[in-house]
Amino acid sequence: MCTYLTEKVAISGSAKGASGWFRVTEGSVYFDHPVHAPYGHTLNIDFLAPDQGPSARVAVELSAESARALMKAIEAVLDSAPPGLE
Amino acid sequence: MSDAIIAETVMIAGHGGDTIEAYSARPVDPGRQVGGVVVIHHMPGYDEGTKEIARTFATRGYNAVVPNLYYREAPGASPDDAAAVVRAAGGVPDDRLVGDVAGGMTYLKGLPTANGKTGVIGYCSGGRQSFLAGISLPLDAAVDCYGAFVVGTPPEGMPLKVGPLVDRAADLNCPLLGLFGADDKYPSPEQVAELEAALKAAGKTYEFHIYEGAGHAFFSVNRPAYRPEAAVDGWEKIFAFYGRYLAG
Repeated sequence: MCTYLTEKVAISGSAKGASGWFRVTEGSVYFDHPVHAPYGHTLNIDFLAPDQGPSARVAVELSAESARALMKAIEAVLDSAPPGLE
Repeated sequence: MSDAIIAETVMIAGHGGDTIEAYSARPVDPGRQVGGVVVIHHMPGYDEGTKEIARTFATRGYNAVVPNLYYREAPGASPDDAAAVVRAAGGVPDDRLVGDVAGGMTYLKGLPTANGKTGVIGYCSGGRQSFLAGISLPLDAAVDCYGAFVVGTPPEGMPLKVGPLVDRAADLNCPLLGLFGADDKYPSPEQVAELEAALKAAGKTYEFHIYEGAGHAFFSVNRPAYRPEAAVDGWEKIFAFYGRYLAG
């Protein structure tokens, strides 16, 4: 089914899309049907710049297992970063 | 009849008179007046797979149109980018869906080859929307392919802003073909049975098929949910159903 489950989060950074780098201000995290990944449902993340329109989007579609692995990797890297760099 | 078709992007009047994009596929020279089919795209959007469905109807002698339900939010954007915007907002409102399908009907009925009869078909979220169109518009046939939440309410916390439709079964204006997977959870076989009981109680004409070994989205040829036996048989059921109710 289409879950429509979505968490939105304000973010600050940049992403590289079809027309190059752009500043992103919003993250959209959802578990729903993918467009491309070969699964029924995937953990999807959109890195967005809503002020630049719907096409300012960098999208990833991950299996649930790999999304959880990615979460752990992100936490591990941030936790091991030398103090004072964040 | 020649199997030549013409397929193109057109602009139609949708809900509230809004001009929206649509994909039209029609037999070039059907040699007779033909029925029309409004194809409701699934949640991932106005995509290549849905356009292929429209072309398939055209090769089988139907005029078909796919309204781009996400055109207002993202004109000119790629289907996946448009879908990302609309799904994050909780989907398409029911009244707007009905208005856009009505716009598709008007477009089809205005074609010079139209016989005046119009059907609707939808998959996944579009399955529910096909049922919604069937209870809201003067259609001649409706096909619901595994539409969730015709019966049942979205789970707590789900942002989808729709309610169940089963209590409006008595309003169904046309015969309904329902194609479902036995392994699907949304709709579950129990929910399909509840819908069938409501249609039966209301004295409606319907035909349901539940395929063993198939789950949600078994028609989707580019997804792992694809089940060729169910999909091939399902297409045969669709053409037989439309042959019965959309013939001139």
